[in-house]
Amino acid sequence: MQQIIDFFIRNKNFVLFFVLFLTAIGLTINAHSYHKNRYVSSANFLSGTIYTFKSSITDYFDLKTQNEKLTNENKQLRERLQNIKLPLPPIDTAAMPSVKNYRVRNAKVINNSYGKTKNQLTINKGALDSIQIDMGVISTKGIVGIVSHVSNRFASVQSVLNTQSQIVAKFKKSNHFGTLVWDAKKPNRVQLKEIPRIAPIAVGDTIVTDGRSAIFPEGIPIGTVQDFVVEEVGDYYRINVNLFTDMTSVKYVYLVSRKDRAEIKELEKEATDVE
Amino acid sequence: MWNNEIFINAVRFLVLVLVQVLLLDHINFLGHINPYLYLFFILLYPLTGNKGLLIFLSFLLGLTIDFFNDSGGIHAGASVFIAWVRPLLLKFSFGVSYEYNTVRVNSSSFSQQLVYILGMVLLHHLVLFSLEIFNVQQILLILKSTLFSGIFSTILIFCSLYIFSRMS
Repeated sequence: MQQIIDFFIRNKNFVLFFVLFLTAIGLTINAHSYHKNRYVSSANFLSGTIYTFKSSITDYFDLKTQNEKLTNENKQLRERLQNIKLPLPPIDTAAMPSVKNYRVRNAKVINNSYGKTKNQLTINKGALDSIQIDMGVISTKGIVGIVSHVSNRFASVQSVLNTQSQIVAKFKKSNHFGTLVWDAKKPNRVQLKEIPRIAPIAVGDTIVTDGRSAIFPEGIPIGTVQDFVVEEVGDYYRINVNLFTDMTSVKYVYLVSRKDRAEIKELEKEATDVE
Repeated sequence: MWNNEIFINAVRFLVLVLVQVLLLDHINFLGHINPYLYLFFILLYPLTGNKGLLIFLSFLLGLTIDFFNDSGGIHAGASVFIAWVRPLLLKFSFGVSYEYNTVRVNSSSFSQQLVYILGMVLLHHLVLFSLEIFNVQQILLILKSTLFSGIFSTILIFCSLYIFSRMS
């Protein structure tokens, strides 16, 4: 017994190092696994407040471009609104997207990263503004990411530029769907995989979100096809997609949540439980 | 004198964290290269100071950066690792005499400084990027990031070393 205690006292630095190193690896693995139960997140009071302070200064630098983006979006929305007021053709209710199902909230990005392999954004709204995990985040141009962690006043968002992100996306024209991933090479280019070879695709085709994941509404723009190759194994295409959203300068974002999401999730859970 | 040293190190800790998360993490030179200046704290921690305390403080330093970066425990792991190997590298670059309080990092010869700083930076970055990317197939990306960020960090640490040694 004495010898064991002596051993620990002699090697106390190594023991301390070993314990702390294992803790760090544990936290890393925890962050690599499913995002819902991670411990370390920038959505906490201290870093949130400091990032708010930072963004209150840096906001002034790109005020002009951000204003331009917002007015451009207003223009587009107004155009759509005016066109809706025209006498409508008979409504085909089956083809109408179920708009009422979604609620939109706005938020400001107070910290953004795009240079790492697992990028996250921090936004200035949290649980008190009824932000929840797994809400879809979109910008004025297209998708940005998915809410991964929420504190009272802040939330962190797992960016599309994260090697762990997997978002269901489809072709606007043909409805063939696949999974959107990122190869960590360029901040404006993501990859769409698992598109079957029979799908008719061409450079410049538009990629949009697919409603089936219950995170994003159907038809939110993502980007356009840059180029594509056939994968070595399997009859699938691997497609490079240019994002519409400039992830390096995203500032004002919208969070969309589906009202009946809880019900859908519960149903899916029951279905998998039965299996 | 001792209190003065505690004060300097506490201030250094806070300032380095703020500079790192507010400024240096947003440089993204050539797309993805960022320097990690917060190592400066571990490098300049008193050479004869308590090693256990250094290991613990490094963990805290790394974890703080991790909280800001949403990165799990990668900075904490890398910092703890170099805090632990620091005595070995000190012995390797300054000889055994460093333990008798005769060596100062900012007054030793350039080649000794270079070996010490470059060794610490590269080891730290290697652990950091291995944990971040966490994929053996991407070993090339890990080595590339280590090299480029390492050069950037080393240059920045040398600059800070000369600026602050003039001041004191």
